[in-house]
Amino acid sequence: MTRNLFVLSIAGTALAACVTINIYFPAAATAKAADKIIDEVMQTQTGHSETPDAKPVENIPSKEVK
Amino acid sequence: MKSLIKLFVLLYASSLSTLIWAAADIEINTPGIAALTQSMQSRYTQLSPLYSSGAVGLTADGLIAVHDASSIPLPERQSVNALVSAENHDRKAMYQEIARANGHPEWESDIRNTFAQRWIQRAQAGWWVQSAKGWHQK
Repeated sequence: MTRNLFVLSIAGTALAACVTINIYFPAAATAKAADKIIDEVMQTQTGHSETPDAKPVENIPSKEVK
Repeated sequence: MKSLIKLFVLLYASSLSTLIWAAADIEINTPGIAALTQSMQSRYTQLSPLYSSGAVGLTADGLIAVHDASSIPLPERQSVNALVSAENHDRKAMYQEIARANGHPEWESDIRNTFAQRWIQRAQAGWWVQSAKGWHQK
């Protein structure tokens, strides 16, 4: 009985250790980083007036959290 | 024996806490990423009117593609194709470089998917974007 419990806890620890090695992909941080890069790529686009009834282009503040 | 089990429970708990701390920030401040951003930025002035006219659209896999070739005058088609492939080359390099800079080359497809969503999210009204259902106009 105790032997079973012992094996079980070793298995549990090993499993937890395995999962720890696999670091999660930081999806939220990557989305934020992507926004930053995309902002930078598209920023040259200010003086371009393709649309006929374009309102004066206002700088849309990029979502800078913090 | 009991104390041994307790020890394992403790070990297990500490491993779990490590797991929570594992989801970290992402590094984008490298010379390689800056150079690619710069390159894409200078190309954007040429691509922007093509996005607006629908000639070029954003694909679901984080790249761009010719969407409506007929809206491009014949003599310009070759240069538009070259522009699209140069942009895609930079984008692929960008996703790869971000994954590499963060020490996880296997994240490349996740990074690419995240960028695909963000590019489409931030596309201007009127641009053509691709989803699972096909092309549609924003």
